Amino acid sequence: MRTAPARIALWAFSALVGLWLIAPTLVVIPLSFTDKASLVFPPSGWSTRWYTNFFTDPRWTEALFSSLQVGALVAVVATVLGTAAAIALTRSGSRWVKASYGLLLAPMIVPTVVVAIGVYALFLQYNLLGTLLGFVTAHTVLALPFVIIPVTASLRGFDRRLEDAALICGATRWGAIRQVTLPLIAPGVVSGALFAFVTSFDEVVVSLFIQSPYLQTLPVRMFASVTRDTDPTIAAAATLIIVFTTVLVLAATFATARRNRVR
Amino acid sequence: MTALIEIASPATGGRPRKGVGGRWGWLLLPALVLLAVLFLVPLGLMAWRSVSEPTPGAGNYSWFFTSDVAIATLVRTLAVGAVVTLVTLVLSYPYAYLMTVVGARARIWLTLLVLLPFWTSLMVRTFAWVVLLQDSGVVNQILGTVGLGPLQLIRTPAGVVIGMSQVLMPFMVLPLYAVMSGIDRRLLDAAQGMGARPATAFLRVFVPLSLPGVGAGALTVFITSLGFYVTPALLGSPDQALISQQIFTQVNGLLAWGRGGAMGVVLLAVTLVLLGLVGLVLRFTRNRGGAR
Repeated sequence: MRTAPARIALWAFSALVGLWLIAPTLVVIPLSFTDKASLVFPPSGWSTRWYTNFFTDPRWTEALFSSLQVGALVAVVATVLGTAAAIALTRSGSRWVKASYGLLLAPMIVPTVVVAIGVYALFLQYNLLGTLLGFVTAHTVLALPFVIIPVTASLRGFDRRLEDAALICGATRWGAIRQVTLPLIAPGVVSGALFAFVTSFDEVVVSLFIQSPYLQTLPVRMFASVTRDTDPTIAAAATLIIVFTTVLVLAATFATARRNRVR
Repeated sequence: MTALIEIASPATGGRPRKGVGGRWGWLLLPALVLLAVLFLVPLGLMAWRSVSEPTPGAGNYSWFFTSDVAIATLVRTLAVGAVVTLVTLVLSYPYAYLMTVVGARARIWLTLLVLLPFWTSLMVRTFAWVVLLQDSGVVNQILGTVGLGPLQLIRTPAGVVIGMSQVLMPFMVLPLYAVMSGIDRRLLDAAQGMGARPATAFLRVFVPLSLPGVGAGALTVFITSLGFYVTPALLGSPDQALISQQIFTQVNGLLAWGRGGAMGVVLLAVTLVLLGLVGLVLRFTRNRGGAR
């Protein structure tokens, strides 16, 4: 058993570490409600003017809209491709299918800046810089692993005999997948879709390379804002992102928890 | 990091049936085509430009390995990665240990504290550190009241290390916790029963058993740190740039595609070598688990 002083020291140390972990969140949220036009913390007075500013400045609203649009499309495309890939990965016995698992997850390990300059070179050649198609396809590659991992996990826990039963009862192969398999793995698919959205919504480095004055995502706009101006609109943007992604991740976690209960 | 762990264990779930591979394999095609066009082709393009621009040959690589600036950048990137790894380890080890000894309710709170930064956007957290570490920021106000005076934190390697460590901390805590919670505590009781003092039992029984978690966490943090761009770009100084920033400058600022590409290939090579090490560590972990 640990002695009492050691235990107190352990708690004190961990409390400091915990404080350090949430320090960024603790500073951004109050800062977004400051009444001054500077990023001084703690704020001396309160106001919601920076939120008004965020929603009335077209540079911010257009960036927000682009991010939501790209994120939603990425979620759809990555979920469809990723779910199809996960079904192949868990069912096919062939060696080349298994080998492609590592390849599909590679985008989350290769340094993003390396992917970014390659994509930039390609997009320069084919005039895809600053296009919706460019953003969606580039982000989808980065988001695929985050769909494949939870959906593969769902499929591993899923009892294939249920699908066999549907086949015996006269369902077609596709009918069995659509009516039996997909509803049962739905929580994994939903959490994959949400993670794909968040991946796209947070992505900065590739977006910095492939942006144009016509299409900028919210993190790119924030990057520009940190390096140039210092008005607290960026704190309002950051707070909105924190709230939004927290809700999405909690929803994804909830979906995963439900999957486990179903099993 | 689940990703690295997943990679080491091939996807064999579901009851794969031999002989029906061809029937399901085509479902992979759309994802693989996208990956080929937007991942493999870009990487190939970058590698090709590194040996073809401005003149064909290995000129960009010989530039890299003879340029003092480029080598200094690589060394600095590795050094920052090493310090960040050490800082996260020192902070995470006691934290993860505490997670294994507290009750369920406290554990949920400790886990939430780790996961909250995990899903807070990187850009948001980096911006927050810019505010916290600025010359008149909160950290300097606190340092001032304690009498340590205002320190230059932002635009220094120290600022980069503080920000990156916070961002990467979950990648250290989570594998440590996973390994530590699997350690059989009766082994510690047994050591004490045979006369070891608690500290000795901890150091000679618990610490060695937790090493696989240390290895997995350290390599994940180190590898991830090498590719960081946003945090060092906003918290560091331009003349102390890390390799990702240099790549960005070469390609986007100087249009030196060959040199940028060569730096990208070097960064990729270092990452892949380290990834091979992760595989070894994980295999080692599994063998130990099997031996028990």
